[in-house]
Amino acid sequence: MLGRTANGLFWMFRYLERAENTARLLDAGLRMALTRDLVTAEEEWRSVMSTAGQRTGYEAKHATYTGMQAWNFILRDKDNASSILAMFGQVRQNARLARNAISGELWEAINENWLAIKDQLAKPVGENRVLETVATIRRAGTLAHGALEGSMLRDESYHFAQAGTFIERGDSIARILDIKYYLLLPSLSYVGSSLDTGQWDQVLRSVSGDRAYRWLNAGQIDARGICKFLILDDAFPRSLAFCHSELRANLAALARLHGREGESNALMREADTRIADLTIEDVFDQGLHEFLVDFMASNAAIGNAIATDYRFLA
Amino acid sequence: MSGSADYFDEMREPDGGVREAYTGYCHWFNDQENALLRRKHAEAETNFRKTGITFNVYGEDEAEERLIPFDMVPRVISAAEWRKLTRGIEQRVSALNAFMHDLYHRQEIIRAGRIPERLFSNNDAWLPHMVGFTPPGGVYTHIVGIDLVRTGPDEFYVLEDNARTPSGVSYMLENRETMMAMFPELFMRVPVEQVSDYPRRLAKSLAACAPDCAGGKPTVAVLTPGIYNSAYFEHAFLADQMGAELVEGSDLRVVDGRVAMRTTCGYQPVDVIYRRVDDEFLDPLTFNEDSVLGVPGIMDVYRAGRITIANAPGTGVADDKAIYSFMPEIVEFYTGEKPLLPNVETYRCADDDSCKYVLDNLAELVVKEVHGSGGYGMLIGPAASKKEIEEFRRKIVDKPNNYIAQPTLALSTCPIFTRKGLAPRHVDLRPFVLVSPDKIDITPGGLTRVALKQGSLVVNSSQGGGTKDTWVLKD
Repeated sequence: MLGRTANGLFWMFRYLERAENTARLLDAGLRMALTRDLVTAEEEWRSVMSTAGQRTGYEAKHATYTGMQAWNFILRDKDNASSILAMFGQVRQNARLARNAISGELWEAINENWLAIKDQLAKPVGENRVLETVATIRRAGTLAHGALEGSMLRDESYHFAQAGTFIERGDSIARILDIKYYLLLPSLSYVGSSLDTGQWDQVLRSVSGDRAYRWLNAGQIDARGICKFLILDDAFPRSLAFCHSELRANLAALARLHGREGESNALMREADTRIADLTIEDVFDQGLHEFLVDFMASNAAIGNAIATDYRFLA
Repeated sequence: MSGSADYFDEMREPDGGVREAYTGYCHWFNDQENALLRRKHAEAETNFRKTGITFNVYGEDEAEERLIPFDMVPRVISAAEWRKLTRGIEQRVSALNAFMHDLYHRQEIIRAGRIPERLFSNNDAWLPHMVGFTPPGGVYTHIVGIDLVRTGPDEFYVLEDNARTPSGVSYMLENRETMMAMFPELFMRVPVEQVSDYPRRLAKSLAACAPDCAGGKPTVAVLTPGIYNSAYFEHAFLADQMGAELVEGSDLRVVDGRVAMRTTCGYQPVDVIYRRVDDEFLDPLTFNEDSVLGVPGIMDVYRAGRITIANAPGTGVADDKAIYSFMPEIVEFYTGEKPLLPNVETYRCADDDSCKYVLDNLAELVVKEVHGSGGYGMLIGPAASKKEIEEFRRKIVDKPNNYIAQPTLALSTCPIFTRKGLAPRHVDLRPFVLVSPDKIDITPGGLTRVALKQGSLVVNSSQGGGTKDTWVLKD
């Protein structure tokens, strides 16, 4: 397959994952804002904006935080290059680029949803429509992943798509944890103390892990438990450990198909040695922030190595 | 649903009876409820949007993607009519290919005085780089679209030859898919020839034109100018359906005397390039040095016989409307037979007598630019204002060589579906022809373009035309 096409597939799924994660974040923020007073709600939207990595852009445009302004900025603002509309535009653009490497079902899942999303985001989104819009975006991700699983040949195209998904997902979870942890726990001595459960609930919601966590922990909410769940529980499809092992499997498959290992496989092995047999105590000893920063750096380096190993660019 | 006396109605006899080719369809149609048909009509558009069959509009917002309107009444051609047409098309296309070879070699046709030398000596599409060179397999025009119009029961004329890069074949295929999805029962009742294997036939035909250095299974790639090109959808669609790579200029480079594409495992040679990039952008070393759409050095590889470019560079000469006017002579010269498919009578303004006639009769004629395409830069006398006619008069006087004129044809009509039921509109037909060293292959069907505006004779999609599914009936 062409290097450029592989690049298209990889980024198609990175943007899809990013759009979906941003939608989850928005979903969690909305729920939070509904249950709080106005002042706290404002704080909430600021925090959502930070987590989405869009605070600078937002504050350059708006002096205050209101829900309507915030979600419209994230969803569809023309000045926001990371709006969900722009991201989904990138998903479709990359799908067009890789059109002859994806199945018709996958293409239609992307194209139909793009048309629906573009339509829903054509005008400012009011309170009565925002949840529905967020649901459409999440459903788009679900449909595309379903089409990928159900209709694509397990050749390199599938593995590039998956690699893009899990690099992006890992990055997004680490980012959420890093930002939320700091906002929620100004000092490390807070670890283990009683928490604003609403806030942690929101973290879980923004990675769609609230139900799974409750199921595993019988409703017991504490920082250590949540960190352990989101970092180390390899049964949860949105944990760092899960992303890590999926990425490893897909990179191994690519190396097998190409008959040789590259820089990306070497970096993956390095990352393995750091994560293997890790306990949550080790993570806290090392410092959660330091651990997450390390993870994101290594994740990004693997992403770059994939692009070089497989000649994404001329 | 009544026919008009002035035009040949392909569905209706002058007395209102249904012509034989349409009886199966009409039977079915009469059983349908109007409301259901209207719903289906809207459904068709959704279906096209969903599959992404859109074209980008030049000069408009990059994100702008338009649909070519689709009409759900098929255009039907009987088996006997089609057989006759294919003989005429085969003859014309084989003459075209022989003409290309001759033009770039001994130019016998000019020596014999059958066509004047000026026709190609001042034609921009003529490429000196092709002189004395024979493409692999001797094929110049791998894919040809012949535009036909009909004026009577047995009267088909060739309106244009598209030997450069005929487009629209994806509409032939998707129109059929859409019709079959909407009206499966119709295809159970009426036996229609398949068009769906066109991509397979194309892949096979291109592979048969591969150069000697290709292995047993030649690598075919579709070269597109990129995602913003108006026909990108078609490029991606054909590559996908053929199982070929879809490449851009930046994916290709010359490696060890071959054209190679950058794959995830390194550069790998390509044997056949189906290019949807114009000649002048093909090789910045040979042609337009600013081109980023092409491949530096590809022409050297080509002239060394180590890659096939389809269609061959320099075949655009045949699209010229001045050359067109000589097609009857060209067909006769190379095949030794009278042309089976007539040309539309054409006045070359380059000839003084013809020019005078044209200027005296502008209000009755259609005037076209010799190098124009897409329905742009033409005058339709009977539909034009006095001012437009005078503008054209000045242009013709100024540059007579640049224009030809034809009588306004009484194009046949085929009904379209409107709110008020069926209504006749003018149509043309573009069958797609594949040429390989030992075969000319014509897919039974083609692209029917239809002028959606009542009375309009312009079928180009850029000028408000739509398309229809084209049926060739089985015997």
